[in-house]
This record gives sequence, structure tokens and C-alpha cells, in this order.
Amino acid sequence: MSTSTTLEEPKTGTWDGGNEPLKASYGKLMMWFFLLSDAFTFGAFLIVYGLSRHSHLPYTGRPEDFQFSTEWWPIPEKVFNAFPGFHGVDLPLAFVALMTMILILSSVTMVLAVEAGHRMDKNDVQKWLLWTILFGGTFLGCQAWEWTHFITGTDEGMLMADGTRVFGANMVMNQYGPPLFANLFFFITGFHGFHVTVGWILLVIAFISTVNGVYHKRGHYEMVEKIGLYWHFVDLVWVFVFTFFYLI
Amino acid sequence: MAAHSDHSNDFHQTGEIPKAQTKVIWKTFFILVALTAVEFLFAFTMDAGTLRNAIFIVLTIFKAFYIVAEFMHLKHEAKALIWSIIIPLALMIWLMVALISEGSYYFDSIRNYFN
Repeated sequence: MSTSTTLEEPKTGTWDGGNEPLKASYGKLMMWFFLLSDAFTFGAFLIVYGLSRHSHLPYTGRPEDFQFSTEWWPIPEKVFNAFPGFHGVDLPLAFVALMTMILILSSVTMVLAVEAGHRMDKNDVQKWLLWTILFGGTFLGCQAWEWTHFITGTDEGMLMADGTRVFGANMVMNQYGPPLFANLFFFITGFHGFHVTVGWILLVIAFISTVNGVYHKRGHYEMVEKIGLYWHFVDLVWVFVFTFFYLI
Repeated sequence: MAAHSDHSNDFHQTGEIPKAQTKVIWKTFFILVALTAVEFLFAFTMDAGTLRNAIFIVLTIFKAFYIVAEFMHLKHEAKALIWSIIIPLALMIWLMVALISEGSYYFDSIRNYFN
């Protein structure tokens, strides 16, 4: 038996592992499959939302006469109609429109950073990563405001049968409708916000590494690309949350 | 934009930096903004109902397509990778439709339980 150690030749035969059927690097592939599993999680949340909503009474009256009640599922336009600095003004979905725009913009600056990475343009990568960090942070701030408003409630609140009023929302009770409505709002937007937070931290790390020239020395900016995939996924989830939670 | 799968970009750091190719990116961005604007148009000009919800869902799927295909670059990946992402998601949409109709059934059976 030979005791000498020789470096194994890389196998290149089709059935020896030399084939690369998906033509993507290991890291990118794993990011894709992680995102797929994450899509299942968010899909499950949206399924629960749809099921809960359909197992509650819809509001059938005229939209102008709408009032908050635990009897029926609220109309989203009547719940999400506040805007910072415009207290008491009915601005349906205006703030969520702004949030959507900010997130789409951050997605664009992210893809621009990835594109700059392909060209090994360190300055451009830095610039676009910084914009993405800025927009991502703004989005998180907006969500914090949205939550605060949702938890604090409106001036009028909801009149209960015993004459008391309920203001805002918590896990047990809320002024907007059935308790499940607030629970699902917290879970779905909260889980999404958590993803944005994680992505934001990853972006900051990528930015620091870019500034230090880590990726440039490595010869490629694939890390930016992988974080980019994650960031676009977060934007994608928001597109669905926006439709199912705020529009429908 | 250069293809992701090849290594044509692995030139040395001293090489000249090519010009940015951002036309497709901005085009996708404007499509996404336009689709969102159309969604808001429907939200404020149309009464709620099945038709409006269907329009919202179709527009959402269009938006999702542009994000996944262009921003996440899936359109330009290998066929096998595209299908391994699309097929599980399609099955999940099936589950979603099934369980939402189940929710309606549950609601009906609760409401009519004592009738």
C-alpha cells in the first residue's frame, strides 16, 4: 500500500461530478434554495391570512358607512389611512404607497450594485450599496411608524357594546376588527420586517467589506450578488404582502 | 449585462472598467412603478369585488415576474434551475387556492350550523 499522499485530480467526467447542470455557483444555488424555503414560510402566512379572512364575515355595506367592528373583517383602506404629519387626515394607502416605492427603489439600487460588481467597479458598488442601505433603513423606519400607529390607534377607537372604547391593537384585542386581523398584521409584516433587518445588516457588512477591498482582492463580487438575491426576495415578498394585506 | 454563469468578467483588477449597462434595469424599474400605479388607480376608481381582486392578483404576478426574472436574474439562468424554483412555487399557489376556498367553506358551515 502506498503511503505517499498525492493531491487528487479534480474529476471532470460527466458522471464524476464534473458536470454542472445548473451552471450556478454553490453559494448562489444555496441562496436560491434557501429563498425557496423562505417563500414556503411566507406562503404559509399568506395562506393562513386568506383562510382566516374567508372564515370571517366580510363587510357588505357601503364603503362610506364603514365602521370598525369585530363582526366583520375591516376594509384595509379604512385601517391604513394615516400619514406622518397629517394627523386626522384620511389618506388611504398613501403611506404604504410610499413604503412600496422606497422598497422598489432599494431593489433597483441593489441590482445596480450587482451590475457594478460584474464590472469590478469598486466605487460604483460602494455608491449603490450605500443607496440601498439608505432606502432599506428608510423602509424600516416607515414600518416602525406604521406599527406604532397601528398599536396606538385612532382618536375615535372602536365603541364596544358596554359603552367603553378600544384604542389601537394588541394580540388580544384591536379596534380595527377581529383579533386575528391584528395578529396576522403583526406576524406577517413583522416577519417581513425581520427579513429586511437581516438584509440591512448583511448590506452593511457587504459595504464595509467592499470599502476594505475584500471582494476586489478575491477577484469577484459574488457576495454582493448573493445578498442581492436575498434583498430582491424581500422586495418580492413585500409585493405580495402589499397586495393581499393592503389592496384586497 | 454580462451572463452570470460564465467567467468572462474575471479579468484582472488593473483592467479598465467597462461602462455600466443599466438600460434593462431602469426599464424594469419603470415597469414596476407603472404596475404599482395602475394598482392604486384600480384601488380608488373601482368598487371592491372579485373582478378587482383578480386584477390585483394578475398585476402582482406580473410584478413578481419582473422582479424574479430581471432583478434576480432567473430568466437568464439554466433551464433546470428555473424549473426547480418555479414548480414548487406553482404547487404552493395550488395549496393557497385550495385552502382559501376551504376557508369559505368553513365560514359557511359555521354560520349555517344551527339552521
